[in-house]
Amino acid sequence: MSEEIVFDCLHAEIVNYCLDNRKDQNDLATLEYIGFTTGYRLNERLTRDVTRFKDELETMKFICTDFWTLIYKKQVDNLRTNNNGMYVLQDRAFRFLTRISPGAKQLEQAPKFVAFTCGLVRGALSNLGINSTVTAEVQTIPACRFHVEVNRS
Amino acid sequence: MSRQATRLDAKKVNSEFLTLTYGALVTQMLRDFENVDDVNKQLERIGYNMGMRLIEDFLARTSAPRCLEMRETADRIQQAFRIYLSVQPTISNWSAASDEFSLLFDSNPLTEFVELPTDLSNLRYSAILSGCIRGALEMVQLEVQCWFVQDQLKGDNVTELRVKFVRRLEEAIPAGED
Repeated sequence: MSEEIVFDCLHAEIVNYCLDNRKDQNDLATLEYIGFTTGYRLNERLTRDVTRFKDELETMKFICTDFWTLIYKKQVDNLRTNNNGMYVLQDRAFRFLTRISPGAKQLEQAPKFVAFTCGLVRGALSNLGINSTVTAEVQTIPACRFHVEVNRS
Repeated sequence: MSRQATRLDAKKVNSEFLTLTYGALVTQMLRDFENVDDVNKQLERIGYNMGMRLIEDFLARTSAPRCLEMRETADRIQQAFRIYLSVQPTISNWSAASDEFSLLFDSNPLTEFVELPTDLSNLRYSAILSGCIRGALEMVQLEVQCWFVQDQLKGDNVTELRVKFVRRLEEAIPAGED
């Protein structure tokens, strides 16, 4: 699909913008927040005609299949959970990392490209009533693992 | 993982995703800068950077030859909008010298779900588009000016983007050669 490249460019520019004005290059909060608001609003529209999910696991499955397919053109490769609010979503070829060459030097840059998605997932879950913390872990480019921790209170 | 296959229209969702992401970015900028003009400038700059990259993709995809005059350029820009944003702007209002034209948009995908609050009447919400055109054309040695004449967000019937040819950029001669 042709629009993909547009989004890829926009994403790259957003990453640039968010880090340009910060003294601390590791401050990814803004980037994450932009993802959060996007995810929140997007899911509002995506789930409009979907039947109510019966539990948390089903909600996570929606994120891994439908949500992921629409945005990243593939499903999450692997979903694990400890059945106690911790989920690990593994994507072996994460879209924003596929164009980066693998290597230790590039690995340092990886957090920039996954922060937006962390926010996206958090926002999407938040709109479905799940309050969570989402972090990402990149060990080898382009594979990426997202850890979702549901905050219960 | 077997929920029934996606019922959602991928193409539509894609453009909504782009729209919402762009909206989130503009919102963030408005928070970051006090001055609306600064936001306009930033959006334009982001568009410029995107245009510089998108032209490569465009040329690779369409294998379009070099444009010899502005009318051809206008057609290409129209084609690019069709490819990248799935909208077809109308080209009109040519100046007598054929160096200036307007792109008329019936609908602008970037401004879907958007309403401008009254205190932001100076915000050029879609400034990214003019930046894109400028950046892309600069990569093919055309310097243009690009600005909004009408904007649906500000109550006009159509969104009108004006493009004016300024000059042809010359290839710089490598040092030491005549």
